[in-house]
Amino acid sequence: MAHRWTNTYTASDVTPKGVWLNRRAVLAGMTGLAAAGGLAGQAAAQQAPLEPNTLEEITSYNNFYEFGTGKDDPAKNSGDMVTDPWEVTIDGMVDNPGTFSLQDLISDMTMEERIYRFRCVEAWSMVVPWNGFELADLLEKAGVQSGATHVAFETAVMPEVMPGVRNRVIDFPYVEGLRLDEAMHPLTLMATGIYGEPLANQNGAPIRLVVPWKYGFKSIKSIVRITLTDEQPKATWNDINAREYGFYSNVNPEVDHPRWSQASERMIGGGLFASRQDTLMFNGYPEVASLYEGMDLSVDF
Amino acid sequence: MIDTINAAARKVPAWVLYILLILPIPYLFYSAATGGMGVEPINALEREIGELSLKLIIFGLLITPLRKYLKLNLLKFRRAIGVMAFVYVAVHLGIWVVLDMSLRFDQMWSDIWKRPYITIGMVAFVAMIPLAVTSNNLSVRKLGGAAWRKLHKLVYPIAVLGAVHFIMVQKVWEVEPMVYLAVVVALIGTRYVPNIKARLSTSV
Ligand code: HEM
Repeated sequence: MAHRWTNTYTASDVTPKGVWLNRRAVLAGMTGLAAAGGLAGQAAAQQAPLEPNTLEEITSYNNFYEFGTGKDDPAKNSGDMVTDPWEVTIDGMVDNPGTFSLQDLISDMTMEERIYRFRCVEAWSMVVPWNGFELADLLEKAGVQSGATHVAFETAVMPEVMPGVRNRVIDFPYVEGLRLDEAMHPLTLMATGIYGEPLANQNGAPIRLVVPWKYGFKSIKSIVRITLTDEQPKATWNDINAREYGFYSNVNPEVDHPRWSQASERMIGGGLFASRQDTLMFNGYPEVASLYEGMDLSVDF
Repeated sequence: MIDTINAAARKVPAWVLYILLILPIPYLFYSAATGGMGVEPINALEREIGELSLKLIIFGLLITPLRKYLKLNLLKFRRAIGVMAFVYVAVHLGIWVVLDMSLRFDQMWSDIWKRPYITIGMVAFVAMIPLAVTSNNLSVRKLGGAAWRKLHKLVYPIAVLGAVHFIMVQKVWEVEPMVYLAVVVALIGTRYVPNIKARLSTSV
């Protein structure tokens, strides 16, 4: 299947490497195109294009507590993590459990580029051009058994190369979970690259989850295990402080974090004088609203 | 050693300290505006200035114990340190209002009441205003030494609030802010050490 969802903006699909290093150039190019092709230009304008962050921004401002709690720690400290070879175990309520090499895991998946908004619970955001495949395809291949209701994920634990793990700033392994219908949603991506390049270690190499309508910490990095279960799995931040981090953690401007407002956010890359922008319900992906019909999102936040 | 420092300190006028302490502010703004503080310069600058505020408050608290235990006399610089601590906190607040919150006043207003770490920071800032305003000879004379000293004891709760604010800003329990709080508590503790000693010796 795959390709169930399409970008509203795909400029960098056709943007050669070298140019995406400088997004100003990309935009300048787009404006040129728009001016040249009357109708096409109009269409582009109507789509309110997302402007992807530069690779430098995406790779230098990260949360990855395995490598430290500072935003620059992951870039500084993740260099020694070896991600090739890499194995992922798929177990629990599946017909085809096992431990697979990354190559085997992704060999028959359909790779796509998805330009998504990425909203951190700390009220900052980016736009990231991911490369990856739909989790739904992987789950179909694994053969989800009837009765399974949730998917649990686990990050690698490598104390030798992860200073944050050695310091035990939080409990490791980092774990996350989704309800099965969330996991099967076409927006839910397993990413292996950004801008057509393999993921940098600080971005969760070699394979990570991307759930664009949820706060970034749900999009667990450097995955080594995927488990199908019939109960709501443990999720690291929810476990640390359930009052501050709900299991769902859908981006919601109306439900504040107890220590800061979620009504607005700051786009990374705007510099010192960029102003805040309003945070969008479900991070601007209203197509997921039906997953939560009948739920009170201020209770199940 | 202590004597040479005391002698040197006697020669340096206090206004030199104002100049030295103001310089990091334009430097940090420049650095933030030109990419020196990473891709999220607003928060980086806000945090950097916040941390320097707390450091200055702690330096201010250090003056008395330094004199008491090491006979190091830097008393003449204490006013400059205190006033500049206030300036840093004001800049820190200004960054929050203008750069971080983009003047979204209703959101700020609710943040001040709803979010404990902002509430605490704000209380600390407001408590610093009377101290900053009375940091001049005229005020000392007008209030009288005793009342002035009593008022300026406010700096102790301010320092505690500043350190607690620092701890609460973090998402997890981090070592660095705990160290700050420990230092603040220890410095406040030094005020009571001789009293205890005196009391012990009289009661025996
Ligand atoms: C005596 C008063 C204050 C002191 C000593 C102080 C100190 C600090 C310190 C040390 C930090 C953390 C720096 C770091 O992480 O390295 C900080 C962060 C911060 N402070 Fe303050 N502060 C004070 C008042 C205020 C006030 C009045 C406000 C706003 C109303 C404020 C808002 C903030 C914010 C928004 C952060 C950053 C939070 C984040 O990164 O998410 N502070 N402050």
